[in-house]
Amino acid sequence: MQERAIFAGFGGQGVMSMGKLLTYAGMIEGKEVSWLPSYGPEMRGGTANCHVTVSDAAIGSPVITNDATCLIAMNLPSLVKFEGDVVAGGVIFINSTLIDIKTDRDDVHAYYVPANDIANDLGNLKVANMVMLGAYLKVMHPVKEESVVETFHKLFTGAKEKLIPMNEEALKRGADSIVIA
Amino acid sequence: MAKVLMKGNEAIGAAAIKAGCKYFFGYPITPQNEIPEYMSRELPKVGGVFLQAESEIAAINMVYGAAGCGVRVMTSSSSPGIALKQEGISYIAGAELPCVIVNISRGGPGLGSIQPAQSDYYQSTRGGGNGDYFHPVYAPASIQETVDLMQEAFDVADKYRTPVMVLGDGMIGQMMEPVEFFEREPLKVEKPWATNGTKGKRKPNIINSLFIDPQALEDHNHRLEEKFELMKKNETRVETFNMEAAEVVCVAYGTTARIVKNAIENCKKEGIEVGLIRPITLWPFPEAAFDEISDTTKVFLSVEMSMGQMIDDVKIAVAGRRPVEFYGRSGGMIPTPEGVVQKIKSILGRE
Repeated sequence: MQERAIFAGFGGQGVMSMGKLLTYAGMIEGKEVSWLPSYGPEMRGGTANCHVTVSDAAIGSPVITNDATCLIAMNLPSLVKFEGDVVAGGVIFINSTLIDIKTDRDDVHAYYVPANDIANDLGNLKVANMVMLGAYLKVMHPVKEESVVETFHKLFTGAKEKLIPMNEEALKRGADSIVIA
Repeated sequence: MAKVLMKGNEAIGAAAIKAGCKYFFGYPITPQNEIPEYMSRELPKVGGVFLQAESEIAAINMVYGAAGCGVRVMTSSSSPGIALKQEGISYIAGAELPCVIVNISRGGPGLGSIQPAQSDYYQSTRGGGNGDYFHPVYAPASIQETVDLMQEAFDVADKYRTPVMVLGDGMIGQMMEPVEFFEREPLKVEKPWATNGTKGKRKPNIINSLFIDPQALEDHNHRLEEKFELMKKNETRVETFNMEAAEVVCVAYGTTARIVKNAIENCKKEGIEVGLIRPITLWPFPEAAFDEISDTTKVFLSVEMSMGQMIDDVKIAVAGRRPVEFYGRSGGMIPTPEGVVQKIKSILGRE
């Protein structure tokens, strides 16, 4: 198994955190993992993305070029920029609250998740990323959902501990939004 | 100790402190800023000193001063910042003082870009400053190897009284991977030469790189040369991979070597055997690895994130026994496994 996922969105949507959580959860499970962020001159509200590899075997290049197994697009520019990098038969998750078009690709599986709407229902727009991660984990299984929850407990400590239930709920709501035919 | 998920730059800081580094002098530059950030937060906790200097030149001279006192000290920067430090590095090499310099390199020349590059190979391995000198250059390919080599770098610096460089690219600095810190005692080296106060019990030590008498300087150069030969003998590091039946042997270091490993796997699927020589020390360059080449090997391919710099050392090591080809991307563009595979096929005439 080797999952090569691109998480992309605009700054502030928590795309780096989504990737880190997946990476951390993979490490907890004893898998090989790498997390590579985009860095560089970006304007405020500009694009942000990270490349996450979770693998049973040692990871060669941490860079995902045109061989992504999965894309998680949180906004329109991210979908446009990266949809071509997904392998045929790969999966694209689209934040349908902010992206009102469909993917051009007809050789991938696409899931449309109204992540911002669901997060708003939960009363915290900031957990839209966790909604998306929940949806992702329902379909793709590079790590177990329990490992992500365990990661919450490792990373959200002290004053942040109170954020755990909200994040768990967001994961669950994201997963529930997916209907697998 | 359990594995922890760390960004390369932070792991460098953590490894340095584990190695007993108590002093850091630097000046900010992307993509290595998490190193001074980490050190500014963590060094005071272990009774150390973090100081942001007014410039790279000031920082390296503070390193020079601290190293002269016999303490474990480091600085870090990125390509153009390292260029500014070269005067100091030359003085430190001349005065034979131990220190560690981290270069998380970026595209060039000039200010270039902030994206990953390997175009500082010449600067790192040819004695970037003036005079006859070399210093060890470690080129890690993973975060785990980065922390292991950081600890090694401080030991080697003390053992040989030399500046040591750890050369990563922006990818090594920015990416996160699990690391495990192995408990290892820092090498204990007596430093009777240190200018740490005579306490009225000995003659003052003098640290200097100036020799007015030509004969004295030539003698000094000979002594340095002996030291360089000793480091070549003892401190050369290399990894070789899939060499037995290789038709093509790639030579690549750092993150580029990982991209090449992917290319090697892809070639295998198409029935092409490709090997890899990965220098872990760029100086000393692992020339001996080029003497154990299979009869099946037709050609060497130097793969770099530059316009072709390490290829010179590859040619020296191959010594005319095989042709040497080049594939590289530059300016912050990262080579892809597909690009490497294509080049290999084109060399073999199997497009």
